[in-house]
Amino acid sequence: MKFPALKTYAVVYLIFLYAPIVLLPVFAFNDSKVIAFPLSGFTTEWFTQMWGDQQLFNAVKNSAIIAVSSAVIATSLGVFAARASTRFQFPYKAGIMGLIMLPMVLPEMIISMSMLVVLLAVGIPLSLFTIIMGHVLITTPFAVAILSSAFQSLDKSLEEAAYDLGETPLSTFRLIILPLVMPGIVSSLLICFTISIDEFIIAYFLGGNQTVLSVYIYGQFRFPAKVPSILALGTILVALSIVLLSIAEYFRRRGIAKTGAKDTGGFL
Amino acid sequence: METASFWGRVRRSEAASGLALISPTALYAILLLAAPLVTVVLYSFAQSEQGKIIWDFSLDNYIRIWSAPNVQLIMLRSLTVAASVTLATVLLAYPVAYFVSFHVAPSKKSLWLFLITIPFWTSYIIRVFLWKGIILGYNGVINTVLMGIGITDEPLQAINYNAGAMVMTLAHAYAPFAILPIFVSLEKIDRSLLEAGQDLGESRMMTFWRVTLPLSMAGVIAAVLIVFIPTIGDYVTPDLIGGGKVPMIANMIEVQMLKQNNKALGSAIAVTAMLIVCVVSIVFLLLNRRFLSGQK
Repeated sequence: MKFPALKTYAVVYLIFLYAPIVLLPVFAFNDSKVIAFPLSGFTTEWFTQMWGDQQLFNAVKNSAIIAVSSAVIATSLGVFAARASTRFQFPYKAGIMGLIMLPMVLPEMIISMSMLVVLLAVGIPLSLFTIIMGHVLITTPFAVAILSSAFQSLDKSLEEAAYDLGETPLSTFRLIILPLVMPGIVSSLLICFTISIDEFIIAYFLGGNQTVLSVYIYGQFRFPAKVPSILALGTILVALSIVLLSIAEYFRRRGIAKTGAKDTGGFL
Repeated sequence: METASFWGRVRRSEAASGLALISPTALYAILLLAAPLVTVVLYSFAQSEQGKIIWDFSLDNYIRIWSAPNVQLIMLRSLTVAASVTLATVLLAYPVAYFVSFHVAPSKKSLWLFLITIPFWTSYIIRVFLWKGIILGYNGVINTVLMGIGITDEPLQAINYNAGAMVMTLAHAYAPFAILPIFVSLEKIDRSLLEAGQDLGESRMMTFWRVTLPLSMAGVIAAVLIVFIPTIGDYVTPDLIGGGKVPMIANMIEVQMLKQNNKALGSAIAVTAMLIVCVVSIVFLLLNRRFLSGQK
């Protein structure tokens, strides 16, 4: 603790990062239609009001379908890419990996518009399916990043030992590699699910007339009377994200501990 | 026999196994990312008439864009906003990354990183909403504080709907993006170099300035690019915080593509935006190439 100033700064920075998330439940339970200080009293009315919204239920259902499908497909694609890039050397590797990871930095507006142009040209109607196509594209890089670190920490001699003992590549993958990277897979599924649930731009432009959770929230911005119930919804969403991320982090760490590697930090 | 052994060799070869294994993911990215991007580039040279694309190769769209004052204004605004957000994020993030790398016990590092990344994973639209309603709003936190300490007597109307509010919201959203690459580059620094610096009589400040900072520049450069590129293409913040009054590139692309149904012109704007981002990134990398050479 040689630098108390630096530590103070870091703590203030964390408070700044968390301020909106902390204020969210404060106003979600506040007994006033106007979002302002001072607070006027405790109520759960906004949660009840939110619960009674049929449109919202529909949006939640759509979001759940999309998020589960995207997470499963993106993680499967991520396993292929992560395994290939950590285990093999092949031509155009940097180029191919660069293309797969590109959606991580490319603005989502560019991705959604270019996909929209092609979907319209080919004549594929916009639906939940087209949102899934987009979400798989943007979540795959995150799956690859998480799974690469899981595959990277694998000891190659375990695999060679399995071959020497007469296992085929497929059975080695199933019996040796898969169990060792399982925590990485779980962590990837949870992260992809979280990204997909929260994603707005692709869901907004590629969804046609199907509404998902983030688009529903966006639509409610225009109605000041709906604000408190959106805060209630936001509270639940943020809590859900934090729970899923904590589970993902737990599995990520367990995976690293399992293969005996050193923990180097966060997800990215 | 000959062919069987040939195929056997191909199957066993590392290059073929690697390519075969990566092919599902690569094909997906080619079909849904590369092909659409190429289509947009092709569209940008075509013409739109009543929503239909007419393949008439010309640079008309680009000439129209570059000679329109409002387009220039929006491009310039997007650049300024993205540059301010990048500057603010990276400057504010560096001390945090430094603190976590140098002053946090190794066993606590991943907890700190986890705490820093959590807000990033929560719904972006909810966070923008919170900034708009609770913090920057008419009765929001900032106005309450300003009135409380007596700077103003009545709530300021103008803190929403301007570029400054957008910069704040975006800087908040992209903060973790800046911390992580800087943290990684700081972690890679050999700590004995710092001791050597101090043994040779440098002060703590000078050691930081002449050893730590140059060695961590690779992370700073990565942070700059990783914040700048998505920010310049942000759609939600200009739309909600700016209230549609201060559009950026993404909003302009939406207007042309969907509201005006002019896919060709919209594509040209998208390509122009990507070109600007590429040029800015390359110039930035060239300016800083001395920090990147000799490392890896």
